[in-house]
Amino acid sequence: MKDINELKDIATQVRRDVLRMVYGAQSGHPGGPLGCADLLTALYFRVMKHNPGDFSMDGAGEDLFFLSNGHLSAGWYSVLAHSGYFDKKELATFRLIDSRLQGHPATEEGLPGVRVASGSLGQGLSVACGAALAKRLNKDPQIVYCLMGDGEQQEGQIWEAAMFAAGREIDNIIGIVDYNGQQIDGAVNDVMPLGDLHAKYKAFGWEVLEMDGNKMEEVINTLEKARSLCGNKKPVVILMRTEMGYGVDFMMGTHEWHGKPPNDEQFEKAIANFKETLGDY
Amino acid sequence: MKEYSYTEKKDTRSGFGLGLLDVARKNPDVVGLCADLTGSLKMNDFQKEFPERFFQVGIAEANMMGVAAGLSIGGKIPYTGTFANFSTGRAYDQIRQSIAYSEKNVKICASHAGLTLGEDGATHQMLEDIGMMRMLPNMKVVVPCDHNQTRLATAAIARHHGPFYLRFGRPKVPNFTSLDEEFEIGKAIRLTEGGDVSIFATGHLVWEALEAGRELYKQGIRADIFNVHTIKPLDAESIIQSVARTKCAVTAEEHQVHGGLGDAIAHLLAEHHPVPMQMIAVSDSFGESGKPHELMKKYGLSAGNISDAVSKVLKRKR
Repeated sequence: MKDINELKDIATQVRRDVLRMVYGAQSGHPGGPLGCADLLTALYFRVMKHNPGDFSMDGAGEDLFFLSNGHLSAGWYSVLAHSGYFDKKELATFRLIDSRLQGHPATEEGLPGVRVASGSLGQGLSVACGAALAKRLNKDPQIVYCLMGDGEQQEGQIWEAAMFAAGREIDNIIGIVDYNGQQIDGAVNDVMPLGDLHAKYKAFGWEVLEMDGNKMEEVINTLEKARSLCGNKKPVVILMRTEMGYGVDFMMGTHEWHGKPPNDEQFEKAIANFKETLGDY
Repeated sequence: MKEYSYTEKKDTRSGFGLGLLDVARKNPDVVGLCADLTGSLKMNDFQKEFPERFFQVGIAEANMMGVAAGLSIGGKIPYTGTFANFSTGRAYDQIRQSIAYSEKNVKICASHAGLTLGEDGATHQMLEDIGMMRMLPNMKVVVPCDHNQTRLATAAIARHHGPFYLRFGRPKVPNFTSLDEEFEIGKAIRLTEGGDVSIFATGHLVWEALEAGRELYKQGIRADIFNVHTIKPLDAESIIQSVARTKCAVTAEEHQVHGGLGDAIAHLLAEHHPVPMQMIAVSDSFGESGKPHELMKKYGLSAGNISDAVSKVLKRKR
């Protein structure tokens, strides 16, 4: 089991990868995955039971992860590669022609680790509910995780799925909302306020936890607590406060870096924040 | 001319209900989902027999498509059931991303398609669904013609991995096909042989095409009539072979003229074997309330319209 310091080192490498991938492609979304690197690392290197070397679509006997906010692909690909789903050299092909690493995750090219396409927002929680129901039918005790964005909570389908999960007592699912307060057009509170998201999920019949998604210890503890709440006829959601662009001072506290690549100078400044801990691709 | 007859009229949606039971009894991976239309889709018996394999999702079709995609990840074969308009337009993006692009083994089963939904009117009369579904890569489109064939098609689509759109309807229509026939996806069925004109029909229009064929026969016109139950993949070989002999074609469907069977065949023939064609379909308009047979007459989708189209196309033939 990886200890906290090892996990922090992995998250640092993931952030480094994210910057290099988006810079290399001169295209992509750096802000979100910089904010979620700690969560993705915690899930794939500590919390989830999974078989990176022997990927199967059904993931029988494994925990499953769905990335509903598919634009965080750079971070997810990095974590998948370092976990052993595919060679990290392939990260260099991100968003380029003939790559398996599509701008938004896809299954057509058979990239191990990806089970459904995502990018058009609002769909992942429904898919995760279906996968969780399949586990129930298959008498598979493992858990299904689904990461969503906060802006994504504006999609109506999220609330269809939220109602469904509670109504059908799906208690082997853990939803995680990346609550960084930013979306493409600006602050979520300006674009379309979410109101009291905690109270909303609670009213829909979910167990609701909150955590600081950029503190590794807290992430691990909260994920473990969420897991302990499974099996009680209620779905569980974690509202995860993060900083979009975490670790790069000029990318934090703004929506500016949701979906644009850094130029040469910006890249040099940004990459200096993250040392090479696992080896670059 | 080969004669077709029936002893009773039956609805295709009941064929779906029975087909779902047939396939579910044989294959434990088959699961059903419905968006508050269990009775209309005739899924009650499935629900009763397999309560743990049935998922009521409420009036939330977008969620239903996503849940179905997720179930298929766990090795299940989900059949979703709702009306054709809620099965397609309502949830198009979910079908596109989570099912078609993701190559999920989901069977989208759509009842109450077309004008014959009747009195509920244009809001519910889906006439664009074949077009929307056949445009999606990976998606296969099946439109059976009667009760028995719908029953067979429902079971058959489970034997092919990947997304399917199965379209059927509400009213009772002549049930003339046999349950002893093999339902072969992608293989059009020649119903009558003739050298003067090819008639390619799908769904409820297949029986109308046969009725037109009987009238034409009396006039000395021999029609090569096909039941094109699979619109994608289209049976290119049978269609091209037929028009190579007849040198003209009429298509018939309960769908917009844009995007449906006629469009698919016109595309095929334009590239491989151009011949004069006439299309029987709804001409770029929405439907309205009325009795099914009244609507089919008013919108030009009856046997008489097919016969008239044959007369027209014969005049254009070289």
